[in-house]
Amino acid sequence: MTAAVDTRVVRRRLGPGRRIRLAFWVGPVLLLAVWALGSAFGVISPAILTAPWDVLTAFRDQWVEHDLLGNVLASLARAGLGLAFGALAGTVLAVVSGLSRWGESLIDGPIQIKRSVPTLALIPLFIAWFGIGQEMKVVTIALISMIPIYVNTHNGLRGIDGRYAELAETLAIGRGEFVRHVVLPGALPGFLLGLRFAVTSSLLGLVVVEQYNATSGVGHMMTLAEQYGQTDVLVVGLVIYGVFGFLADATVRLTERKVLTWRRTLDG
Amino acid sequence: MAADTGRLTGTPPAVRVRDLYRDFGPGRTVLRGLDLDVAPGEFVALIGRSGTGKSTLLRALAGLDRDVAGHGEVTVPDSVSVVFQDSRLLPWKRILPNVVFGSRAPDAVVRGERALAEVGLAGRERAWPHELSGGEQQRASLARSLVRQPELLLADEPFGALDALTRIRMHALLRRLCETHRPAVLLVTHDVDEAIVLADRVILLDDGVVHTDVRVELPHRSPADPAFAELRAYLLDRLGVHDEDVPAGRRAAA
Repeated sequence: MTAAVDTRVVRRRLGPGRRIRLAFWVGPVLLLAVWALGSAFGVISPAILTAPWDVLTAFRDQWVEHDLLGNVLASLARAGLGLAFGALAGTVLAVVSGLSRWGESLIDGPIQIKRSVPTLALIPLFIAWFGIGQEMKVVTIALISMIPIYVNTHNGLRGIDGRYAELAETLAIGRGEFVRHVVLPGALPGFLLGLRFAVTSSLLGLVVVEQYNATSGVGHMMTLAEQYGQTDVLVVGLVIYGVFGFLADATVRLTERKVLTWRRTLDG
Repeated sequence: MAADTGRLTGTPPAVRVRDLYRDFGPGRTVLRGLDLDVAPGEFVALIGRSGTGKSTLLRALAGLDRDVAGHGEVTVPDSVSVVFQDSRLLPWKRILPNVVFGSRAPDAVVRGERALAEVGLAGRERAWPHELSGGEQQRASLARSLVRQPELLLADEPFGALDALTRIRMHALLRRLCETHRPAVLLVTHDVDEAIVLADRVILLDDGVVHTDVRVELPHRSPADPAFAELRAYLLDRLGVHDEDVPAGRRAAA
Protein backbone atom coordinates (compact mmCIF):
# COMPACT_ATOMS: atom_id res chain seq x y z
CA MET A 1 0.00 0.00 0.00
CA THR A 2 1.46 3.32 -0.98
CA ALA A 3 0.68 6.07 1.41
CA ALA A 4 0.10 9.35 -0.34
CA VAL A 5 1.22 12.26 1.75
CA ASP A 6 -1.49 14.88 1.88
CA THR A 7 0.29 18.18 1.52
CA ARG A 8 -2.78 20.33 1.14
CA VAL A 9 -2.85 23.20 3.55
CA VAL A 10 -6.22 23.60 5.14
CA ARG A 11 -7.37 27.20 5.25
CA ARG A 12 -10.45 28.65 6.75
CA ARG A 13 -12.79 29.63 3.96
CA LEU A 14 -13.88 32.75 5.82
CA GLY A 15 -10.39 33.57 7.08
CA PRO A 16 -8.39 36.44 5.59
CA GLY A 17 -6.54 34.07 3.24
CA ARG A 18 -2.91 33.08 2.96
CA ARG A 19 -0.12 35.26 4.32
CA ILE A 20 1.44 37.72 1.88
CA ARG A 21 5.22 37.96 1.86
CA LEU A 22 6.46 41.32 3.18
CA ALA A 23 2.81 42.28 3.56
CA PHE A 24 3.68 45.10 5.92
CA TRP A 25 5.66 46.96 3.25
CA VAL A 26 3.22 46.78 0.37
CA GLY A 27 1.20 49.85 1.35
CA PRO A 28 4.13 52.18 2.21
CA VAL A 29 6.06 51.24 -0.94
CA LEU A 30 2.99 51.89 -3.08
CA LEU A 31 2.58 55.30 -1.44
CA LEU A 32 6.22 56.15 -2.12
CA ALA A 33 5.85 55.08 -5.76
CA VAL A 34 2.82 57.34 -6.26
CA TRP A 35 4.73 60.26 -4.70
CA ALA A 36 7.80 59.68 -6.90
CA LEU A 37 5.81 59.22 -10.12
CA GLY A 38 3.63 62.23 -9.37
CA SER A 39 6.70 64.42 -8.85
CA ALA A 40 8.50 63.06 -11.93
CA PHE A 41 5.57 63.71 -14.23
CA GLY A 42 4.82 67.12 -12.74
CA VAL A 43 1.44 66.07 -11.32
CA ILE A 44 2.68 67.06 -7.84
CA SER A 45 4.28 70.49 -8.04
CA PRO A 46 7.35 71.15 -5.81
CA ALA A 47 5.41 73.99 -4.15
CA ILE A 48 2.85 71.49 -2.89
CA LEU A 49 5.20 68.63 -1.99
CA THR A 50 8.94 68.38 -2.56
CA ALA A 51 9.99 65.48 -4.78
CA PRO A 52 11.47 62.44 -3.00
CA TRP A 53 14.97 63.01 -4.44
CA ASP A 54 14.97 66.65 -3.30
CA VAL A 55 14.00 65.44 0.14
CA LEU A 56 16.97 63.07 -0.01
CA THR A 57 19.26 65.98 -0.86
CA ALA A 58 17.81 68.01 2.00
CA PHE A 59 18.25 64.99 4.25
CA ARG A 60 21.93 64.71 3.36
CA ASP A 61 22.38 68.43 3.85
CA GLN A 62 20.74 68.30 7.29
CA TRP A 63 22.77 65.24 8.25
CA VAL A 64 26.09 66.79 7.28
CA GLU A 65 25.52 70.45 8.13
CA HIS A 66 22.95 70.52 10.92
CA ASP A 67 23.45 67.43 13.11
CA LEU A 68 20.30 65.62 11.99
CA LEU A 69 21.36 62.48 13.86
CA GLY A 70 21.61 64.46 17.10
CA ASN A 71 18.14 65.89 16.52
CA VAL A 72 16.70 62.45 15.81
CA LEU A 73 18.28 60.97 18.93
CA ALA A 74 17.06 63.86 21.07
CA SER A 75 13.51 63.35 19.80
CA LEU A 76 13.69 59.59 20.26
CA ALA A 77 14.92 59.99 23.83
CA ARG A 78 12.03 62.34 24.61
CA ALA A 79 9.38 60.12 23.06
CA GLY A 80 10.91 56.95 24.51
CA LEU A 81 11.20 58.34 28.01
CA GLY A 82 7.65 59.70 27.96
CA LEU A 83 6.32 56.44 26.54
CA ALA A 84 8.16 54.38 29.16
CA PHE A 85 6.74 56.43 32.04
CA GLY A 86 3.30 56.44 30.44
CA ALA A 87 3.29 52.68 29.85
CA LEU A 88 4.40 51.97 33.40
CA ALA A 89 1.88 54.33 34.97
CA GLY A 90 -0.93 53.11 32.69
CA THR A 91 -0.25 49.46 33.50
CA VAL A 92 0.05 49.93 37.24
CA LEU A 93 -3.12 52.04 37.38
CA ALA A 94 -5.00 49.54 35.20
CA VAL A 95 -4.01 46.60 37.40
CA VAL A 96 -4.88 48.40 40.64
CA SER A 97 -8.15 49.65 39.25
CA GLY A 98 -8.97 46.30 37.66
CA LEU A 99 -8.29 44.20 40.73
CA SER A 100 -9.93 46.17 43.51
CA ARG A 101 -13.22 47.97 43.75
CA TRP A 102 -11.60 50.70 45.81
CA GLY A 103 -8.86 51.12 43.27
CA GLU A 104 -11.42 51.39 40.51
CA SER A 105 -13.51 53.98 42.31
CA LEU A 106 -10.42 56.05 43.02
CA ILE A 107 -8.65 55.72 39.69
CA ASP A 108 -11.13 55.06 36.93
CA GLY A 109 -13.14 58.26 37.32
CA PRO A 110 -10.20 60.68 37.16
CA ILE A 111 -8.75 58.81 34.18
CA GLN A 112 -12.02 58.92 32.26
CA ILE A 113 -12.24 62.67 32.98
CA LYS A 114 -8.61 63.14 31.97
CA ARG A 115 -9.37 61.19 28.80
CA SER A 116 -11.95 63.73 27.71
CA VAL A 117 -9.58 66.66 28.29
CA PRO A 118 -7.14 66.88 25.37
CA THR A 119 -3.64 66.65 26.84
CA LEU A 120 -2.43 69.21 24.35
CA ALA A 121 -4.78 71.72 26.00
CA LEU A 122 -2.97 71.07 29.27
CA ILE A 123 0.40 72.13 27.89
CA PRO A 124 0.10 75.76 29.04
CA LEU A 125 -0.57 74.48 32.56
CA PHE A 126 2.39 72.09 32.38
CA ILE A 127 4.59 74.96 31.24
CA ALA A 128 3.53 76.84 34.36
CA TRP A 129 4.31 73.80 36.49
CA PHE A 130 7.39 72.32 34.89
CA GLY A 131 8.81 75.17 32.85
CA ILE A 132 9.57 74.88 29.17
CA GLY A 133 12.37 72.36 29.48
CA GLN A 134 12.60 68.60 29.14
CA GLU A 135 10.33 67.79 32.14
CA MET A 136 7.30 69.44 30.60
CA LYS A 137 7.89 67.58 27.35
CA VAL A 138 8.33 64.18 28.96
CA VAL A 139 5.34 64.62 31.29
CA THR A 140 3.10 65.61 28.40
CA ILE A 141 4.15 62.61 26.31
CA ALA A 142 3.79 60.30 29.32
CA LEU A 143 0.26 61.53 30.00
CA ILE A 144 -0.75 61.18 26.37
CA SER A 145 0.57 57.63 26.06
CA MET A 146 -0.71 56.52 29.46
CA ILE A 147 -4.37 56.76 28.49
CA PRO A 148 -4.54 54.13 25.71
CA ILE A 149 -2.38 51.78 27.81
CA TYR A 150 -4.69 52.20 30.78
CA VAL A 151 -7.92 51.83 28.83
CA ASN A 152 -6.88 48.75 26.88
CA THR A 153 -5.07 46.99 29.73
CA HIS A 154 -8.02 47.62 32.03
CA ASN A 155 -10.37 46.31 29.39
CA GLY A 156 -8.24 43.22 28.81
CA LEU A 157 -8.06 42.61 32.52
CA ARG A 158 -11.78 42.86 33.02
CA GLY A 159 -12.24 40.47 30.12
CA ILE A 160 -10.31 37.67 31.85
CA ASP A 161 -12.64 34.76 32.40
CA GLY A 162 -13.87 34.67 36.00
CA ARG A 163 -13.56 30.89 35.88
CA TYR A 164 -9.77 31.26 36.00
CA ALA A 165 -10.11 33.13 39.29
CA GLU A 166 -12.24 30.25 40.55
CA LEU A 167 -9.60 27.77 39.44
CA ALA A 168 -6.91 29.82 41.18
CA GLU A 169 -8.96 29.69 44.37
CA THR A 170 -9.23 25.90 44.26
CA LEU A 171 -5.47 25.72 43.67
CA ALA A 172 -4.94 27.96 46.73
CA ILE A 173 -3.00 30.52 44.67
CA GLY A 174 -1.88 33.67 46.49
CA ARG A 175 -2.70 37.19 45.33
CA GLY A 176 0.77 37.84 43.96
CA GLU A 177 0.92 34.60 42.01
CA PHE A 178 -2.58 35.22 40.72
CA VAL A 179 -1.54 38.61 39.35
CA ARG A 180 1.65 37.22 37.83
CA HIS A 181 0.27 34.05 36.26
CA VAL A 182 -3.33 34.90 35.50
CA VAL A 183 -3.97 38.65 35.49
CA LEU A 184 -0.91 39.95 33.67
CA PRO A 185 -0.76 37.30 30.92
CA GLY A 186 -4.52 37.60 30.49
CA ALA A 187 -4.30 41.37 30.14
CA LEU A 188 -1.26 41.22 27.85
CA PRO A 189 -3.19 41.29 24.56
CA GLY A 190 -5.01 44.41 25.76
CA PHE A 191 -1.76 45.98 26.94
CA LEU A 192 -0.07 45.41 23.59
CA LEU A 193 -3.01 46.89 21.71
CA GLY A 194 -2.80 49.88 24.05
CA LEU A 195 0.93 50.09 23.42
CA ARG A 196 0.34 50.38 19.68
CA PHE A 197 -1.96 53.33 20.24
CA ALA A 198 0.40 54.78 22.83
CA VAL A 199 3.37 54.69 20.47
CA THR A 200 1.47 56.75 17.93
CA SER A 201 0.18 59.11 20.63
CA SER A 202 3.67 59.63 22.02
CA LEU A 203 4.85 60.78 18.57
CA LEU A 204 1.87 63.08 18.31
CA GLY A 205 2.80 64.57 21.66
CA LEU A 206 6.41 64.79 20.54
CA VAL A 207 5.52 66.88 17.50
CA VAL A 208 3.58 69.33 19.63
CA VAL A 209 5.95 69.69 22.58
CA GLU A 210 8.95 70.16 20.33
CA GLN A 211 7.35 73.37 19.05
CA TYR A 212 7.90 74.83 22.52
CA ASN A 213 11.36 76.24 23.04
CA ALA A 214 13.19 73.18 21.78
CA THR A 215 16.88 73.61 21.10
CA SER A 216 17.23 70.16 19.61
CA GLY A 217 15.03 67.50 18.09
CA VAL A 218 13.18 66.96 14.86
CA GLY A 219 10.51 69.48 15.89
CA HIS A 220 13.21 72.11 16.45
CA MET A 221 14.57 71.41 12.99
CA MET A 222 11.12 71.80 11.51
CA THR A 223 10.42 75.02 13.37
CA LEU A 224 13.56 76.52 11.90
CA ALA A 225 12.67 75.25 8.43
CA GLU A 226 9.25 76.83 8.78
CA GLN A 227 10.85 80.19 9.58
CA TYR A 228 13.19 79.96 6.58
CA GLY A 229 10.53 78.57 4.26
CA GLN A 230 12.42 75.32 3.58
CA THR A 231 9.65 72.98 2.43
CA ASP A 232 12.13 70.21 1.67
CA VAL A 233 13.40 70.20 5.26
CA LEU A 234 9.80 70.14 6.52
CA VAL A 235 9.21 67.02 4.46
CA VAL A 236 12.42 65.50 5.86
CA GLY A 237 10.97 66.02 9.34
CA LEU A 238 7.62 64.55 8.33
CA VAL A 239 9.27 61.53 6.78
CA ILE A 240 11.32 61.00 9.95
CA TYR A 241 8.18 61.16 12.09
CA GLY A 242 6.53 58.71 9.70
CA VAL A 243 9.47 56.31 9.87
CA PHE A 244 9.46 56.56 13.68
CA GLY A 245 5.79 55.65 13.83
CA PHE A 246 6.06 52.91 11.28
CA LEU A 247 9.06 51.23 12.92
CA ALA A 248 7.59 51.56 16.40
CA ASP A 249 4.33 50.00 15.30
CA ALA A 250 6.19 47.22 13.48
CA THR A 251 8.20 46.52 16.62
CA VAL A 252 5.11 46.25 18.79
CA ARG A 253 3.39 44.03 16.24
CA LEU A 254 6.41 41.73 16.08
CA THR A 255 6.50 41.57 19.86
CA GLU A 256 2.80 40.80 19.83
CA ARG A 257 3.32 37.87 17.49
CA LYS A 258 6.20 36.51 19.56
CA VAL A 259 4.56 36.96 22.95
CA LEU A 260 1.06 35.86 22.06
CA THR A 261 1.88 32.58 20.34
CA TRP A 262 -0.68 30.91 22.57
CA ARG A 263 -3.50 32.70 20.86
CA ARG A 264 -5.37 31.11 18.01
CA THR A 265 -7.11 33.79 16.04
CA LEU A 266 -8.05 34.43 12.43
CA ASP A 267 -4.54 35.81 12.08
CA GLY A 268 -2.90 32.41 12.64
CA MET B 1 -30.98 7.67 54.90
CA ALA B 2 -27.36 8.79 54.67
CA ALA B 3 -25.10 5.87 55.35
CA ASP B 4 -22.39 6.35 57.93
CA THR B 5 -19.83 4.49 55.93
CA GLY B 6 -16.90 6.14 57.66
CA ARG B 7 -18.05 5.12 61.08
CA LEU B 8 -18.74 1.58 59.96
CA THR B 9 -15.16 1.06 58.86
CA GLY B 10 -13.83 2.62 62.02
CA THR B 11 -11.84 5.43 60.32
CA PRO B 12 -12.95 9.07 60.43
CA PRO B 13 -14.66 10.10 57.21
CA ALA B 14 -12.77 12.16 54.63
CA VAL B 15 -15.81 14.33 54.14
CA ARG B 16 -18.31 15.10 56.83
CA VAL B 17 -21.29 17.34 56.18
CA ARG B 18 -23.92 18.02 58.80
CA ASP B 19 -27.13 19.99 58.53
CA LEU B 20 -25.92 22.04 55.57
CA TYR B 21 -28.10 24.87 54.31
CA ARG B 22 -27.44 27.01 51.26
CA ASP B 23 -29.77 29.79 50.32
CA PHE B 24 -29.72 31.83 47.08
CA GLY B 25 -32.51 34.18 48.13
CA PRO B 26 -36.19 34.00 49.08
CA GLY B 27 -37.74 30.75 47.92
CA ARG B 28 -34.45 29.55 46.51
CA THR B 29 -33.10 27.44 49.34
CA VAL B 30 -31.05 24.83 47.51
CA LEU B 31 -29.65 22.73 50.35
CA ARG B 32 -31.95 22.03 53.30
CA GLY B 33 -30.15 20.35 56.14
CA LEU B 34 -28.03 17.94 54.13
CA ASP B 35 -25.99 15.25 55.90
CA LEU B 36 -23.24 13.31 54.15
CA ASP B 37 -20.19 11.24 55.01
CA VAL B 38 -17.62 10.03 52.51
CA ALA B 39 -15.00 7.54 53.66
CA PRO B 40 -11.33 7.95 52.66
CA GLY B 41 -10.81 6.44 49.23
CA GLU B 42 -14.51 6.08 48.58
CA PHE B 43 -15.89 6.99 45.16
CA VAL B 44 -19.28 8.64 45.47
CA ALA B 45 -21.39 9.72 42.52
CA LEU B 46 -23.91 12.47 43.08
CA ILE B 47 -26.95 12.42 40.83
CA GLY B 48 -30.18 14.33 40.80
CA ARG B 49 -32.33 16.47 38.57
CA SER B 50 -31.27 19.99 37.67
CA GLY B 51 -31.47 22.43 40.55
CA THR B 52 -31.43 19.82 43.31
CA GLY B 53 -28.22 21.18 44.79
CA LYS B 54 -25.52 18.85 43.39
CA SER B 55 -23.24 21.61 42.22
CA THR B 56 -24.07 23.75 45.25
CA LEU B 57 -22.91 20.93 47.53
CA LEU B 58 -19.75 20.46 45.50
CA ARG B 59 -18.97 24.17 45.57
CA ALA B 60 -19.56 24.22 49.33
CA LEU B 61 -17.02 21.40 49.73
CA ALA B 62 -14.58 23.20 47.43
CA GLY B 63 -14.94 26.40 49.43
CA LEU B 64 -16.17 28.27 46.37
CA ASP B 65 -19.39 29.61 47.87
CA ARG B 66 -18.22 32.35 50.18
CA ASP B 67 -20.85 34.77 48.89
CA VAL B 68 -23.72 32.34 49.42
CA ALA B 69 -25.92 32.54 52.50
CA GLY B 70 -26.22 29.41 54.62
CA HIS B 71 -24.92 27.49 57.58
CA GLY B 72 -23.95 23.97 58.56
CA GLU B 73 -20.88 21.94 59.29
CA VAL B 74 -18.46 20.97 56.53
CA THR B 75 -15.24 19.06 57.13
CA VAL B 76 -12.96 18.28 54.23
CA PRO B 77 -9.31 17.11 54.07
CA ASP B 78 -6.48 19.61 53.68
CA SER B 79 -5.74 18.58 50.15
CA VAL B 80 -8.72 19.00 47.86
CA SER B 81 -8.64 19.10 44.06
CA VAL B 82 -11.43 20.20 41.78
CA VAL B 83 -12.04 19.05 38.22
CA PHE B 84 -14.45 21.30 36.35
CA GLN B 85 -16.65 20.56 33.38
CA ASP B 86 -14.31 22.62 31.24
CA SER B 87 -10.62 21.85 31.56
CA ARG B 88 -9.86 25.40 32.67
CA LEU B 89 -6.30 25.27 31.41
CA LEU B 90 -4.75 28.73 31.23
CA PRO B 91 -4.46 29.37 27.49
CA TRP B 92 -1.20 31.31 27.91
CA LYS B 93 0.62 28.48 29.65
CA ARG B 94 1.92 25.33 28.03
CA ILE B 95 0.58 22.04 29.32
CA LEU B 96 3.24 21.20 31.90
CA PRO B 97 3.23 24.67 33.55
CA ASN B 98 -0.56 24.39 33.61
CA VAL B 99 -0.41 21.03 35.34
CA VAL B 100 2.02 22.20 38.02
CA PHE B 101 0.41 25.64 38.35
CA GLY B 102 0.17 26.56 42.03
CA SER B 103 2.05 23.46 43.18
CA ARG B 104 4.72 24.42 45.68
CA ALA B 105 6.43 21.02 45.84
CA PRO B 106 10.15 21.28 45.02
CA ASP B 107 9.84 18.35 42.63
CA ALA B 108 6.69 19.76 41.02
CA VAL B 109 8.05 19.43 37.49
CA VAL B 110 8.94 15.76 37.90
CA ARG B 111 5.56 15.09 39.45
CA GLY B 112 3.84 17.01 36.70
CA GLU B 113 5.60 14.95 34.05
CA ARG B 114 4.67 11.76 35.87
CA ALA B 115 1.04 12.84 36.15
CA LEU B 116 0.94 13.69 32.44
CA ALA B 117 2.37 10.26 31.63
CA GLU B 118 -0.29 8.67 33.82
CA VAL B 119 -3.10 10.31 31.88
CA GLY B 120 -1.45 9.36 28.59
CA LEU B 121 -0.12 12.79 27.67
CA ALA B 122 3.60 12.07 27.87
CA GLY B 123 5.37 14.11 25.21
CA ARG B 124 2.75 16.85 25.14
CA GLU B 125 4.33 18.86 27.96
CA ARG B 126 5.24 21.76 25.65
CA ALA B 127 1.93 21.88 23.77
CA TRP B 128 -0.42 24.84 24.09
CA PRO B 129 -3.87 24.03 25.48
CA HIS B 130 -5.59 24.94 22.21
CA GLU B 131 -3.50 22.33 20.43
CA LEU B 132 -5.12 19.52 22.44
CA SER B 133 -8.48 17.91 21.77
CA GLY B 134 -11.30 18.31 24.28
CA GLY B 135 -10.59 14.90 25.79
CA GLU B 136 -6.85 15.60 26.02
CA GLN B 137 -7.53 18.94 27.70
CA GLN B 138 -9.70 17.21 30.27
CA ARG B 139 -6.98 14.62 30.84
CA ALA B 140 -4.49 17.44 31.41
CA SER B 141 -6.85 18.93 33.96
CA LEU B 142 -7.05 15.51 35.66
CA ALA B 143 -3.25 15.48 35.74
CA ARG B 144 -3.31 18.94 37.33
CA SER B 145 -5.59 17.67 40.09
CA LEU B 146 -3.42 14.55 40.65
CA VAL B 147 -0.17 16.48 41.02
CA ARG B 148 -1.51 17.87 44.26
CA GLN B 149 -2.06 14.34 45.65
CA PRO B 150 -5.59 15.13 46.78
CA GLU B 151 -7.29 13.32 49.61
CA LEU B 152 -10.54 14.52 48.12
CA LEU B 153 -11.28 14.91 44.43
CA LEU B 154 -14.33 16.96 43.53
CA ALA B 155 -15.52 16.62 39.96
CA ASP B 156 -18.40 18.64 38.55
CA GLU B 157 -19.61 16.81 35.44
CA PRO B 158 -16.05 16.47 34.20
CA PHE B 159 -17.06 14.52 31.11
CA GLY B 160 -20.22 16.45 30.31
CA ALA B 161 -18.72 18.21 27.31
CA LEU B 162 -17.03 15.15 25.79
CA ASP B 163 -18.28 12.88 23.04
CA ALA B 164 -19.55 9.42 23.94
CA LEU B 165 -16.44 7.46 22.89
CA THR B 166 -14.00 9.79 24.64
CA ARG B 167 -16.23 9.61 27.67
CA ILE B 168 -15.92 5.80 27.86
CA ARG B 169 -12.14 6.07 27.67
CA MET B 170 -12.14 8.75 30.34
CA HIS B 171 -14.25 6.54 32.62
CA ALA B 172 -11.66 3.78 32.47
CA LEU B 173 -8.85 6.30 33.04
CA LEU B 174 -10.55 7.89 36.03
CA ARG B 175 -11.25 4.53 37.66
CA ARG B 176 -7.65 3.46 37.15
CA LEU B 177 -6.31 6.72 38.57
CA CYS B 178 -8.59 6.50 41.58
CA GLU B 179 -7.55 2.92 42.27
CA THR B 180 -3.91 4.00 42.19
CA HIS B 181 -4.17 7.19 44.23
CA ARG B 182 -7.18 6.36 46.40
CA PRO B 183 -8.59 9.85 46.96
CA ALA B 184 -12.13 10.15 48.20
CA VAL B 185 -14.12 11.21 45.14
CA LEU B 186 -17.33 13.14 44.81
CA LEU B 187 -18.46 13.14 41.21
CA VAL B 188 -21.46 15.16 40.12
CA THR B 189 -23.09 13.73 37.03
CA HIS B 190 -26.33 13.78 35.10
CA ASP B 191 -25.65 10.37 33.71
CA VAL B 192 -26.97 7.44 35.74
CA ASP B 193 -24.89 4.94 33.74
CA GLU B 194 -21.75 6.96 34.41
CA ALA B 195 -22.56 6.94 38.11
CA ILE B 196 -23.01 3.18 38.21
CA VAL B 197 -19.92 2.47 36.10
CA LEU B 198 -17.63 4.61 38.23
CA ALA B 199 -18.85 4.85 41.78
CA ASP B 200 -18.75 2.71 44.92
CA ARG B 201 -21.83 4.53 46.08
CA VAL B 202 -24.51 6.52 44.32
CA ILE B 203 -26.27 9.34 46.12
CA LEU B 204 -29.37 10.93 44.75
CA LEU B 205 -30.15 14.46 45.88
CA ASP B 206 -33.65 15.77 45.82
CA ASP B 207 -34.98 18.98 47.24
CA GLY B 208 -31.70 19.77 48.96
CA VAL B 209 -31.28 16.56 50.94
CA VAL B 210 -29.97 13.05 50.32
CA HIS B 211 -32.95 11.21 48.92
CA THR B 212 -31.41 7.87 48.03
CA ASP B 213 -28.07 6.36 48.99
CA VAL B 214 -27.07 3.02 47.46
CA ARG B 215 -23.84 1.04 47.33
CA VAL B 216 -22.85 -0.27 43.95
CA GLU B 217 -21.87 -3.89 44.42
CA LEU B 218 -21.70 -5.28 40.94
CA PRO B 219 -19.26 -7.99 39.91
CA HIS B 220 -19.10 -6.59 36.38
CA ARG B 221 -19.73 -2.93 35.80
CA SER B 222 -21.18 -3.60 32.42
CA PRO B 223 -24.56 -2.44 31.16
CA ALA B 224 -24.99 -6.01 29.92
CA ASP B 225 -25.12 -7.24 33.51
CA PRO B 226 -28.76 -7.71 34.61
CA ALA B 227 -27.88 -6.32 38.05
CA PHE B 228 -26.61 -3.16 36.33
CA ALA B 229 -29.90 -2.75 34.50
CA GLU B 230 -31.80 -3.34 37.70
CA LEU B 231 -29.87 -0.70 39.62
CA ARG B 232 -30.21 1.66 36.70
CA ALA B 233 -33.96 1.18 36.55
CA TYR B 234 -34.18 1.70 40.29
CA LEU B 235 -32.22 4.95 40.20
CA LEU B 236 -34.11 6.24 37.18
CA ASP B 237 -37.34 5.48 38.96
CA ARG B 238 -36.10 7.42 41.96
CA LEU B 239 -35.24 10.31 39.65
CA GLY B 240 -38.82 10.27 38.44
CA VAL B 241 -38.05 8.75 35.05
CA HIS B 242 -40.45 5.87 34.57
CA ASP B 243 -40.47 3.00 32.16
CA GLU B 244 -42.89 4.64 29.77
CA ASP B 245 -40.49 7.61 29.37
CA VAL B 246 -37.68 5.37 28.12
CA PRO B 247 -37.69 4.76 24.37
CA ALA B 248 -38.28 1.14 23.37
CA GLY B 249 -34.78 0.73 21.96
CA ARG B 250 -33.12 1.81 25.20
CA ARG B 251 -35.45 -0.39 27.20
CA ALA B 252 -34.43 -3.46 25.20
CA ALA B 253 -30.76 -2.58 25.59
CA ALA B 254 -31.18 -2.18 29.31
